[in-house]
Order: sequence, then structure tokens, then C-alpha cells
Amino acid sequence: MTATLPADPAPKAPDERLLHASPLHRLLGRPELGSVIGAVAVFLFFAVIADSFLSSLDTVLYAASTIGIMAVPVALLMIGGEFDLSAGVLVTSAALTSTMFAYEMTANVWVGVFVSLLVTLAVGFFNGYMLVRTGLPSFIITLGTYLMLWGANIGITKRIQGTVSTKSISDMQGFESARVLFASSIDVGSFKVRVTILWWIGLVALATWILLRTRWGNWIFAVGGGKDAARAVGVPVRRTKIGLYLGVAVAAWISGQHLLFSFSGVVQSAEGRGLELHYIAAAVIGGCLLTGGYGSAVGAAIGALIFGMAKQGIVYAQWDSDWFWFFLGAMLLLATILNSWVRKRAEAAR
Amino acid sequence: MARSTRVFAAVATATLLAVAAAGCSDSGGKDAEENDGGGGGGGGVNTPRMEIAMVTHSAPGDTFWDIVQSGSKQAAAKDNVEFLYANSEKDDEQARLVQTFVDKKVDGIIVTLAKPEAMKSAVQAAVDAGIPVVTINSGAEFSKEYGALSHIGQEEAVAGEAVGEELNERGRKNAVCVIHEQGNVGLEQRCAGVKKTFSGSVENLTVDGASKPAVLSGIQAKLEADGGIDSVVTLNADVAASAVEAKDASGSKAEVATFDLNAAVAASLESKQLSFAVDQQPYLQGYLAVDELWLYETNGNVIGGGQTVLTGPAIVTEEDAPDLKKFTERGTR
Repeated sequence: MTATLPADPAPKAPDERLLHASPLHRLLGRPELGSVIGAVAVFLFFAVIADSFLSSLDTVLYAASTIGIMAVPVALLMIGGEFDLSAGVLVTSAALTSTMFAYEMTANVWVGVFVSLLVTLAVGFFNGYMLVRTGLPSFIITLGTYLMLWGANIGITKRIQGTVSTKSISDMQGFESARVLFASSIDVGSFKVRVTILWWIGLVALATWILLRTRWGNWIFAVGGGKDAARAVGVPVRRTKIGLYLGVAVAAWISGQHLLFSFSGVVQSAEGRGLELHYIAAAVIGGCLLTGGYGSAVGAAIGALIFGMAKQGIVYAQWDSDWFWFFLGAMLLLATILNSWVRKRAEAAR
Repeated sequence: MARSTRVFAAVATATLLAVAAAGCSDSGGKDAEENDGGGGGGGGVNTPRMEIAMVTHSAPGDTFWDIVQSGSKQAAAKDNVEFLYANSEKDDEQARLVQTFVDKKVDGIIVTLAKPEAMKSAVQAAVDAGIPVVTINSGAEFSKEYGALSHIGQEEAVAGEAVGEELNERGRKNAVCVIHEQGNVGLEQRCAGVKKTFSGSVENLTVDGASKPAVLSGIQAKLEADGGIDSVVTLNADVAASAVEAKDASGSKAEVATFDLNAAVAASLESKQLSFAVDQQPYLQGYLAVDELWLYETNGNVIGGGQTVLTGPAIVTEEDAPDLKKFTERGTR
């Protein structure tokens, strides 16, 4: 089942993923195969029953990209065998840090954006460092971080700004140029490409390259498959895990800046709760195992796409919105069942 | 490990330098913040010190309850009152918090009745212990029955009805009512109120209030799916901003109206991106509740003579915006 057996991760040893196989067999062995089928099914379903679904694919992609940007590093982290429950509120923390630092210091907005990156990285480092130092489950460590961040988001904002949402920084220098980078859009014909979609594609490409073409990729699979065995053969387990949490931090920073710059520079401090589960769900729908050691960045992206299509499609289909969450849950469950069924068939056929 | 720590230290140092060297913004920011009073100093009363507690059903970090509290604190400062505050969105916890203040023997309790059944015994325990209770915000119909002195708030359904009428006056035909928190009784009542008086059709739309991008894309999807929608009604000031974005992004000509105020709403009213807002004056709810308990203690007065004291709905438009902006930025309106 597991793609890489950690008993044999020495750099030059033949890896089963690199063995010769026919293209069809290699395709069937990819973790994202099932989710592609699931995505196609969800797409066809809504294309048929919802009138404006096809003409509004740009909105669908936008919704998917805001989950997808975070799902990529979360998937890597899961392949590495860990969770991050603080990812959702960390996005809000990143946005709050930028806006409040820039506002309070009357600094150029870019200074706030840069400080926010450092603060977010510090939180990621804290998660990773606490994990490797204490040996506690990542569930507990990041649950602690989640609650602390959530409280700090509200407490610090209230202390500094007097209310629980921030003051607008949209009239400050640097806002427009930062908005272009994090929250603009480009019209391609009638299709509106939001910049988050570009960020998303970029992150998927980067993560896929890391996973499949670099030493770091092997380490990530190895620590997720069995960290003691990985350590025994010289994989730097601690550095790998801390690195994975830093990856989540970088994506949270990007998402946070989007949140800030696309909504006239005002951030509400209590936002972001519960979104961590959406990111994890996207990764799992995309074929990541909850137990670690198996999965892909492309799969997580497709998982986010399924999530985005289902979320938007329900509205386009004009179903009774009282049932929104029920429909969303049912769609996701169906897509995932289809996904794992396809994968089992594919594995049996190998 | 040592290496990553060193790298981190280096990066941190670089930041400090960057920040020190960075250019400041000439526009906006704290330096530009106008400081126009707001906290009226003045002398207070010299009545004996009182202790008044408020327990609400607020989720943490809600702008609305911030404004309520600032009203209470202002009244407390003037009335020589020690103001205590606690909140929980879970009904059993909210009831326990009330019980804690009863045990603490405070001189008055202010409580919201968003989940009236759960709060019944706690409120009655306070009344039995001889502690006067004032209810605010929601649950007007239960206030007297549970033994509270008076109720200060807005009736959600009435506020919704006011919106329906306003939409009629503006000649609207097809409205969407955006529910950002599924299962919240007050929000449902607001939409039901709109439906009751509006002569056009109203449809409810559920969105995920925890994420602004999700709110934005949800409303945008609705506007794209149904081009006939000419009004979007949001139930909270923060959602209103996302609705305006969604309207622009979808190219829809719908008008956006909202419940509740904040600084961004006041600015959007002025720029006519929002057509109107319903203000239930949360500051007044907090302020009057403390004042009521003080008046009752020192003079036996009951504001409103035992009837529900309505703080809303007041409809505000771009004409009110200049004044509102000043007050909302201060966090009192």
C-alpha cells in the first residue's frame, strides 16, 4: 500500500516508484487517479443540472483556489505523517499582522506584509519545533497552537485597535501594489483569472517538483512512512518535519495576504475557524492517507477542486440553501467513495 | 537544529533593519487617525459603588458585542459601577456563567435571551436571590415571564419587516437574504421578517461565515445563477462588504442592504455601494441596561415602565453617513 518502503530510502537504492513500468500501469499507480475520476463526475453532474455552472467556471476556480493554496502544504505535511489544526486561524493571524503592523507604525504596507511573513514562519517553526522536541502527537501540539492563535487574534486586535476588526489600510502607501500581487485578477476574454489561481498552480508545481524530483521529497515520504526507520538510515527527521510546518506557514501567509488585500484592507479577527478541516478534507479527497506516507500535491489540488465545484455548484443549482452543508457533505463523501473505489480497482488490476 | 536557529536569528535581524530603514506611509495609518474625543470624561455620580455583570451569547470576537460593551462601560464609568463581562455561544455555558455571578452576589445582571429555555432557570435563580435582572438584545417575549425588570433591544422580526418595507419603497422585486450562520434563530427571524412585508420574492442563501472568500464566492455564484436578483440583504456588517465585492465581481446591478453597522458599512453607505443599513443601536442596549440597573437601585425607576424598550430598527442611508463614520470609527455606533 505505502508507496515508499522506508526500510530502503538510501539515495541510490532503486525505488519502486522509479522502476520501469508501462505508462498505463504508472498512471494507475498515481495517488490522484481516483480523485480525477471523482472530479470529472462532480463536474459533469453540475454541468448538466446547473445552468450557469459552465459560464461561471472562473468563480468556481476562485473558490477552489482559496482552499487549494492551503491544501498543497497541508497534503505535504500529511504525507510526512503530521496534521496542522492551526492552519485555518493562522491565515487570519497572517492577515491581521500585516494590517496592524502597517497601521500602527504608519509604515508602508509592504513592511507589514514582510513582518507578517516572519511572524507566520515563527508560528510554523514553533509547531514543528514543539513537535520534534516533545514527541507529542501533532494533533495536540497544533490544537494548542490553534486555540492560542485564535485567542491572540481576537485579544491582540482588541487591545491594539480597540475593536475586534481592524482599521482599513486601503489608503496607505503600498496597498495598491500589494493588491496586484495578492488579490488582483486578469481578464482573459470573459474569463476572470484571479491571481489566487496562479498562486495555486505555482504552489502545486513547486510541491510536485519537491516531492518527485528532490531529496526532500524522498525524506517526506520516508518520515511519513515510518520515522524511526527513516531516522535509522540517516533521514533528518526533525528538519524535515519543521520544514513541512514552515511550508504550511508560507501558504498561510499567502492566503492571509489575499484575505487582507481583497477585502479593502479590513480583517475580522475571529475568522478562519474550521477551515483547517476543509484543507485536510481536500488533501484526503485527493488521495492522501490519514496515516501518512502516501499522497500527492496534484491530488490535493484536485481535492480542492472537487470541494470548490461542490460548494459553488450547489448554489448554481439553486438547491434549497438550508440544506447546503448536507449537500456539500454528501457530495464530498460520494466523490471520495468513488475515488477510493477506482483506486482499489486500479491496484487490483496491476 | 542549531543551523535553523541561526538562520532564524539572521532573518529576524534583517527584518528589524528592514523595518527601521523602510519608508513610512504618507497616507492613512495611525498618524492620520483623527482623535476626536468620544470618551466623555466629566464627573460621575457619588452613589455607592455597584457591581453589574453582563452575560451574552456572543461568539468571541464579534464586532457587534464590542459596541454593546463599550456602551456599558461608558455608563458604568459615569454611574460608579464596576462592570463585569462574560460570554459563551453555548447555551448551557451561558447559563452557568449567570449562576457564577449570582453566587458572586453582584448588584445586577444583564443577560441576553437568545436561547430563552436554557436561560430560564439561571435568570430565575438570580431573581430569587434578590438580584435585579435586565434582559437585552433578544428574547423580549420571555423577559417579563422570567422575572426581569425590563427588556432593551430590537425585535429581529420587526427589523426584518422594516427592511421589507424599505425594499418595497425602492421598487425592488427579487431579494436574497444571506444567512452567514446556519441555525441562528435571530438570523432566521430577520429573513422571515423581510419575507413578511416584502411584496416581491425573498430567497434565503446560506454561506460559510467563517471565511470571507467563501462568503464572496457564494454570493457571487447566487447572483450569477439568477440574473433577476435586484437586492441582496446581509445580516451582519462584515458580510455586507463581501456582498458588495460579489456584486461588483459578478457584474450584477443588485443593490446591497445590510443589518448592523461598522466603519466599513458607513463608508460604503457614503459611496453608495450600500443602499441602506438597519441600525439596532447596540451601544444603546449596553448603555441603557447599566443605567437601568443603577436607576432601579438608587431611585426605583424602570425605563419604559416595564414595556420592551426598542433600540431599533432605525434605517440609515448615505445622508446619515458623514456622522455615522465618525461614530463607527470610534467603535460606539
